[in-house]
Amino acid sequence: MNAEAIIRSVEAEHLKQDIPKIHVGDSVEVGVRIKEGNKERVQPYRGTVIAMRNGGINETITVRRIFQGVGVERVFLVHSPIVAHIKIERRGRVRRAKLYYLRDRVGKATRVKQRFDRPI
Amino acid sequence: MSVGIIGTKLGMTQIFDRETGAAIPVTVVQAGPCIITQIKTKETDGYNSVQIGYKEVKEKALTKPELGHLSKSGASPLRHLKEYRLEDLSSFELGQSIKADLFSAGEIVDVTGTSIGRGFTGYQKRHNFKRGSMSHGSKNHRLPGSTGAGTTPGRVYPGKKMAGRYGGTRVTIRKLEVVQVDTEQNLLLIKGAVPGKPGSLLSIAPSNIVGKK
Repeated sequence: MNAEAIIRSVEAEHLKQDIPKIHVGDSVEVGVRIKEGNKERVQPYRGTVIAMRNGGINETITVRRIFQGVGVERVFLVHSPIVAHIKIERRGRVRRAKLYYLRDRVGKATRVKQRFDRPI
Repeated sequence: MSVGIIGTKLGMTQIFDRETGAAIPVTVVQAGPCIITQIKTKETDGYNSVQIGYKEVKEKALTKPELGHLSKSGASPLRHLKEYRLEDLSSFELGQSIKADLFSAGEIVDVTGTSIGRGFTGYQKRHNFKRGSMSHGSKNHRLPGSTGAGTTPGRVYPGKKMAGRYGGTRVTIRKLEVVQVDTEQNLLLIKGAVPGKPGSLLSIAPSNIVGKK
Protein backbone atom coordinates (compact mmCIF):
# COMPACT_ATOMS: atom_id res chain seq x y z
CA MET A 1 0.00 0.00 0.00
CA ASN A 2 1.24 3.46 -0.77
CA ALA A 3 1.23 6.36 1.70
CA GLU A 4 -2.00 7.81 0.35
CA ALA A 5 -3.88 4.51 0.78
CA ILE A 6 -2.54 4.01 4.30
CA ILE A 7 -3.69 7.49 5.36
CA ARG A 8 -7.13 6.85 3.85
CA SER A 9 -7.37 3.63 5.87
CA VAL A 10 -6.48 5.51 9.07
CA GLU A 11 -9.19 8.08 8.34
CA ALA A 12 -11.74 5.44 7.34
CA GLU A 13 -12.55 4.42 10.92
CA HIS A 14 -13.39 8.02 11.80
CA LEU A 15 -15.62 8.71 8.80
CA LYS A 16 -19.40 8.71 9.26
CA GLN A 17 -21.43 6.64 6.83
CA ASP A 18 -24.88 8.12 7.46
CA ILE A 19 -24.37 11.68 6.21
CA PRO A 20 -26.99 12.89 3.70
CA LYS A 21 -25.87 14.54 0.46
CA ILE A 22 -25.53 18.22 1.33
CA HIS A 23 -25.50 21.01 -1.23
CA VAL A 24 -24.79 24.71 -0.87
CA GLY A 25 -28.06 26.59 -0.39
CA ASP A 26 -29.80 23.81 1.53
CA SER A 27 -31.54 24.52 4.81
CA VAL A 28 -30.23 22.09 7.38
CA GLU A 29 -30.63 21.16 11.00
CA VAL A 30 -27.36 20.26 12.70
CA GLY A 31 -27.54 18.43 16.02
CA VAL A 32 -24.72 19.75 18.20
CA ARG A 33 -23.63 17.74 21.23
CA ILE A 34 -23.31 19.99 24.27
CA LYS A 35 -21.88 19.01 27.65
CA GLU A 36 -23.33 20.70 30.70
CA GLY A 37 -21.63 19.48 33.83
CA ASN A 38 -21.67 15.75 33.25
CA LYS A 39 -24.92 15.73 31.29
CA GLU A 40 -24.85 15.59 27.52
CA ARG A 41 -27.63 16.75 25.23
CA VAL A 42 -28.12 17.51 21.55
CA GLN A 43 -28.98 21.06 20.60
CA PRO A 44 -30.41 21.66 17.14
CA TYR A 45 -28.93 24.49 15.06
CA ARG A 46 -30.90 25.46 11.94
CA GLY A 47 -29.69 27.56 9.05
CA THR A 48 -28.60 27.77 5.43
CA VAL A 49 -25.44 26.12 4.15
CA ILE A 50 -23.51 29.01 2.60
CA ALA A 51 -20.20 27.22 1.97
CA MET A 52 -18.64 23.77 1.86
CA ARG A 53 -14.91 23.22 2.12
CA ASN A 54 -12.44 20.36 1.78
CA GLY A 55 -13.28 16.72 1.38
CA GLY A 56 -12.93 13.43 3.20
CA ILE A 57 -12.41 13.69 6.91
CA ASN A 58 -11.68 17.43 6.75
CA GLU A 59 -15.00 18.31 5.11
CA THR A 60 -16.75 21.30 6.68
CA ILE A 61 -20.01 23.15 6.13
CA THR A 62 -20.67 26.77 7.07
CA VAL A 63 -24.21 27.25 8.33
CA ARG A 64 -25.66 30.75 8.58
CA ARG A 65 -28.76 31.84 10.41
CA ILE A 66 -30.17 35.09 11.74
CA PHE A 67 -30.48 34.83 15.51
CA GLN A 68 -32.19 37.69 17.37
CA GLY A 69 -31.41 40.04 14.50
CA VAL A 70 -27.74 39.10 14.45
CA GLY A 71 -26.18 36.98 11.72
CA VAL A 72 -24.50 33.86 13.15
CA GLU A 73 -22.24 31.56 11.14
CA ARG A 74 -20.98 28.27 12.48
CA VAL A 75 -18.48 26.00 10.78
CA PHE A 76 -19.02 22.29 11.40
CA LEU A 77 -16.61 19.46 10.73
CA VAL A 78 -19.11 17.09 9.16
CA HIS A 79 -17.44 13.92 10.46
CA SER A 80 -16.83 15.24 13.98
CA PRO A 81 -18.45 13.35 16.88
CA ILE A 82 -19.69 16.76 18.14
CA VAL A 83 -22.09 16.80 15.19
CA ALA A 84 -24.73 14.29 16.26
CA HIS A 85 -26.79 14.43 13.09
CA ILE A 86 -27.43 16.52 9.98
CA LYS A 87 -30.94 16.74 8.55
CA ILE A 88 -31.80 18.38 5.25
CA GLU A 89 -34.98 20.42 5.71
CA ARG A 90 -35.20 22.13 2.35
CA ARG A 91 -33.22 22.07 -0.89
CA GLY A 92 -32.19 25.49 -2.21
CA ARG A 93 -31.67 26.71 -5.75
CA VAL A 94 -28.50 28.79 -5.98
CA ARG A 95 -26.05 29.70 -8.72
CA ARG A 96 -22.89 30.03 -6.66
CA ALA A 97 -20.66 27.65 -4.70
CA LYS A 98 -20.20 30.20 -1.89
CA LEU A 99 -23.18 32.28 -0.76
CA TYR A 100 -21.18 35.01 0.94
CA TYR A 101 -23.44 37.62 -0.67
CA LEU A 102 -26.10 36.66 1.89
CA ARG A 103 -24.02 38.42 4.54
CA ASP A 104 -24.81 41.76 2.97
CA ARG A 105 -28.55 41.13 2.85
CA VAL A 106 -31.21 41.53 5.49
CA GLY A 107 -34.79 40.38 5.91
CA LYS A 108 -36.66 38.91 2.97
CA ALA A 109 -33.66 39.21 0.64
CA THR A 110 -31.80 36.48 2.57
CA ARG A 111 -34.25 33.82 1.44
CA VAL A 112 -32.97 31.13 -0.91
CA LYS A 113 -35.37 29.87 -3.57
CA GLN A 114 -36.48 26.29 -3.04
CA ARG A 115 -35.77 23.58 -5.61
CA PHE A 116 -37.83 20.46 -5.95
CA ASP A 117 -35.82 18.30 -8.34
CA ARG A 118 -33.50 17.04 -5.59
CA PRO A 119 -34.93 14.61 -3.06
CA ILE A 120 -34.44 15.42 0.60
CA MET B 1 18.20 6.61 26.96
CA SER B 2 16.24 3.72 25.60
CA VAL B 3 15.93 2.13 22.21
CA GLY B 4 13.88 3.88 19.53
CA ILE B 5 12.65 2.97 16.08
CA ILE B 6 13.36 4.18 12.54
CA GLY B 7 10.45 5.03 10.27
CA THR B 8 9.15 6.92 7.29
CA LYS B 9 6.84 9.92 7.41
CA LEU B 10 3.73 9.18 5.35
CA GLY B 11 1.78 12.42 5.76
CA MET B 12 -0.64 14.28 7.97
CA THR B 13 -4.36 14.04 8.60
CA GLN B 14 -6.72 14.55 11.49
CA ILE B 15 -8.66 12.13 13.63
CA PHE B 16 -11.27 12.65 16.31
CA ASP B 17 -11.06 12.07 20.04
CA ARG B 18 -13.85 9.58 20.79
CA GLU B 19 -14.65 11.09 24.19
CA THR B 20 -14.38 14.85 23.76
CA GLY B 21 -14.97 14.96 20.01
CA ALA B 22 -11.96 17.22 19.51
CA ALA B 23 -10.11 16.99 16.19
CA ILE B 24 -6.48 15.96 16.68
CA PRO B 25 -3.90 16.77 13.99
CA VAL B 26 -1.73 13.69 13.51
CA THR B 27 1.26 12.62 11.45
CA VAL B 28 1.11 9.06 10.16
CA VAL B 29 4.49 7.34 10.45
CA GLN B 30 5.44 3.94 9.08
CA ALA B 31 7.60 2.74 11.98
CA GLY B 32 9.78 -0.25 11.32
CA PRO B 33 9.93 -3.19 11.28
CA CYS B 34 13.56 -2.76 12.31
CA ILE B 35 16.12 -5.47 12.98
CA ILE B 36 18.92 -5.37 15.53
CA THR B 37 22.07 -5.62 13.45
CA GLN B 38 24.73 -5.11 16.11
CA ILE B 39 25.03 -4.85 19.86
CA LYS B 40 27.99 -2.82 21.07
CA THR B 41 29.28 -3.44 24.55
CA LYS B 42 31.61 -1.55 26.85
CA GLU B 43 34.22 -4.34 26.66
CA THR B 44 34.53 -4.49 22.87
CA ASP B 45 33.51 -1.01 21.69
CA GLY B 46 33.94 1.24 24.73
CA TYR B 47 30.24 1.99 25.12
CA ASN B 48 26.88 0.25 25.21
CA SER B 49 24.52 0.63 22.28
CA VAL B 50 22.09 -1.16 20.02
CA GLN B 51 22.31 -0.72 16.25
CA ILE B 52 19.12 -1.22 14.31
CA GLY B 53 18.49 -1.38 10.56
CA TYR B 54 15.47 -0.31 8.57
CA LYS B 55 14.07 -0.57 5.07
CA GLU B 56 14.71 -3.69 3.05
CA VAL B 57 16.43 -3.17 -0.29
CA LYS B 58 17.77 -5.37 -3.05
CA GLU B 59 21.07 -7.03 -2.40
CA LYS B 60 22.73 -5.22 -5.32
CA ALA B 61 21.91 -1.85 -3.72
CA LEU B 62 24.48 -2.36 -0.98
CA THR B 63 28.24 -2.76 -1.01
CA LYS B 64 30.01 -5.97 -0.03
CA PRO B 65 31.26 -4.52 3.30
CA GLU B 66 27.70 -3.49 4.16
CA LEU B 67 26.33 -6.91 3.29
CA GLY B 68 29.12 -8.53 5.30
CA HIS B 69 28.21 -6.46 8.34
CA LEU B 70 24.51 -7.33 8.03
CA SER B 71 25.20 -11.04 7.52
CA LYS B 72 26.57 -11.24 11.10
CA SER B 73 23.06 -10.73 12.43
CA GLY B 74 21.40 -12.71 9.64
CA ALA B 75 19.45 -9.64 8.54
CA SER B 76 18.27 -9.12 4.99
CA PRO B 77 19.86 -6.18 3.11
CA LEU B 78 18.86 -2.94 4.90
CA ARG B 79 19.31 0.63 3.74
CA HIS B 80 19.52 2.57 7.00
CA LEU B 81 21.43 1.82 10.21
CA LYS B 82 21.15 3.75 13.44
CA GLU B 83 22.50 3.34 16.96
CA TYR B 84 20.75 4.00 20.24
CA ARG B 85 22.97 4.26 23.30
CA LEU B 86 21.70 2.29 26.27
CA GLU B 87 22.66 1.38 29.80
CA ASP B 88 21.14 -2.07 29.91
CA LEU B 89 21.59 -4.43 26.97
CA SER B 90 20.24 -7.60 28.58
CA SER B 91 16.86 -7.60 26.83
CA PHE B 92 18.30 -7.33 23.32
CA GLU B 93 19.76 -9.95 21.03
CA LEU B 94 21.08 -9.96 17.46
CA GLY B 95 18.42 -10.35 14.76
CA GLN B 96 15.60 -9.38 17.10
CA SER B 97 12.97 -7.32 15.34
CA ILE B 98 11.62 -4.03 16.71
CA LYS B 99 8.10 -3.08 15.69
CA ALA B 100 5.67 -0.25 16.29
CA ASP B 101 4.36 -1.99 19.43
CA LEU B 102 7.47 -0.64 21.15
CA PHE B 103 5.24 2.37 21.84
CA SER B 104 1.77 2.62 23.30
CA ALA B 105 -0.91 5.27 22.94
CA GLY B 106 -0.34 8.26 25.22
CA GLU B 107 3.45 7.88 25.30
CA ILE B 108 5.62 10.98 24.86
CA VAL B 109 8.28 10.71 22.14
CA ASP B 110 11.05 12.73 20.51
CA VAL B 111 11.08 12.67 16.70
CA THR B 112 14.32 13.37 14.82
CA GLY B 113 14.59 13.95 11.09
CA THR B 114 15.82 16.27 8.36
CA SER B 115 13.83 19.49 8.02
CA ILE B 116 12.49 20.66 4.66
CA GLY B 117 15.28 22.33 2.64
CA ARG B 118 14.36 25.89 1.69
CA GLY B 119 17.46 26.74 -0.34
CA PHE B 120 19.03 30.20 -0.16
CA THR B 121 16.61 32.36 1.80
CA GLY B 122 16.55 35.96 2.92
CA TYR B 123 16.62 37.55 6.34
CA GLN B 124 12.89 37.43 7.03
CA LYS B 125 12.38 33.74 6.37
CA ARG B 126 15.65 32.55 7.87
CA HIS B 127 15.99 34.70 10.99
CA ASN B 128 12.56 36.32 11.38
CA PHE B 129 13.88 39.86 10.77
CA LYS B 130 11.26 42.60 10.49
CA ARG B 131 10.42 43.88 7.05
CA GLY B 132 10.73 47.53 6.01
CA SER B 133 7.76 49.59 4.93
CA MET B 134 6.48 48.55 1.50
CA SER B 135 5.13 52.02 0.68
CA HIS B 136 5.32 55.70 1.70
CA GLY B 137 8.42 56.17 -0.49
CA SER B 138 10.43 53.53 1.35
CA LYS B 139 12.95 51.63 -0.74
CA ASN B 140 13.97 49.39 2.18
CA HIS B 141 11.71 46.36 1.83
CA ARG B 142 13.57 43.20 2.77
CA LEU B 143 17.06 44.50 3.55
CA PRO B 144 18.92 43.53 6.75
CA GLY B 145 19.59 47.04 8.15
CA SER B 146 22.86 47.59 9.97
CA THR B 147 25.31 44.70 10.34
CA GLY B 148 27.33 46.34 13.11
CA ALA B 149 29.40 49.37 14.17
CA GLY B 150 31.72 51.40 11.85
CA THR B 151 35.50 51.91 11.85
CA THR B 152 35.75 50.20 15.22
CA PRO B 153 35.77 47.20 14.85
CA GLY B 154 35.90 47.72 11.06
CA ARG B 155 34.52 44.27 10.33
CA VAL B 156 31.36 42.27 10.71
CA TYR B 157 31.45 39.95 13.70
CA PRO B 158 31.38 36.24 12.96
CA GLY B 159 27.99 34.66 13.52
CA LYS B 160 26.06 37.72 12.32
CA LYS B 161 22.67 36.58 11.11
CA MET B 162 22.55 36.86 7.33
CA ALA B 163 20.82 35.37 4.33
CA GLY B 164 21.87 31.86 3.31
CA ARG B 165 20.94 28.22 3.14
CA TYR B 166 18.00 27.40 5.37
CA GLY B 167 16.51 24.04 6.29
CA GLY B 168 17.73 20.58 5.34
CA THR B 169 19.33 20.13 8.76
CA ARG B 170 18.83 17.58 11.51
CA VAL B 171 15.97 18.66 13.74
CA THR B 172 14.45 17.05 16.82
CA ILE B 173 10.88 17.82 17.78
CA ARG B 174 10.51 16.95 21.45
CA LYS B 175 7.63 15.75 23.59
CA LEU B 176 5.13 14.70 20.95
CA GLU B 177 2.31 12.43 21.99
CA VAL B 178 1.63 9.04 20.39
CA VAL B 179 -2.12 9.09 19.74
CA GLN B 180 -2.61 5.63 18.28
CA VAL B 181 -0.53 2.58 17.42
CA ASP B 182 -1.42 0.17 14.63
CA THR B 183 0.56 -2.99 15.33
CA GLU B 184 -0.68 -4.80 12.22
CA GLN B 185 0.57 -2.24 9.73
CA ASN B 186 3.32 -0.88 12.02
CA LEU B 187 1.88 2.62 12.02
CA LEU B 188 2.32 5.34 14.62
CA LEU B 189 -0.03 8.30 14.78
CA ILE B 190 1.89 11.14 16.39
CA LYS B 191 0.14 14.34 17.44
CA GLY B 192 1.46 17.38 15.60
CA ALA B 193 4.01 17.91 12.86
CA VAL B 194 7.36 16.16 12.42
CA PRO B 195 10.40 17.26 10.38
CA GLY B 196 10.61 16.79 6.61
CA LYS B 197 8.25 15.99 3.81
CA PRO B 198 6.32 12.74 3.37
CA GLY B 199 8.81 9.98 2.60
CA SER B 200 11.54 11.37 4.83
CA LEU B 201 13.40 9.20 7.32
CA LEU B 202 12.59 9.66 11.02
CA SER B 203 13.92 8.35 14.28
CA ILE B 204 11.30 8.01 17.00
CA ALA B 205 12.55 7.51 20.55
CA PRO B 206 10.94 7.75 23.98
CA SER B 207 11.16 11.33 25.15
CA ASN B 208 14.32 12.42 26.90
CA ILE B 209 12.88 14.37 29.83
CA VAL B 210 15.27 16.02 32.27
CA GLY B 211 15.01 14.64 35.80
CA LYS B 212 13.05 11.56 34.71
CA LYS B 213 14.55 8.13 35.28
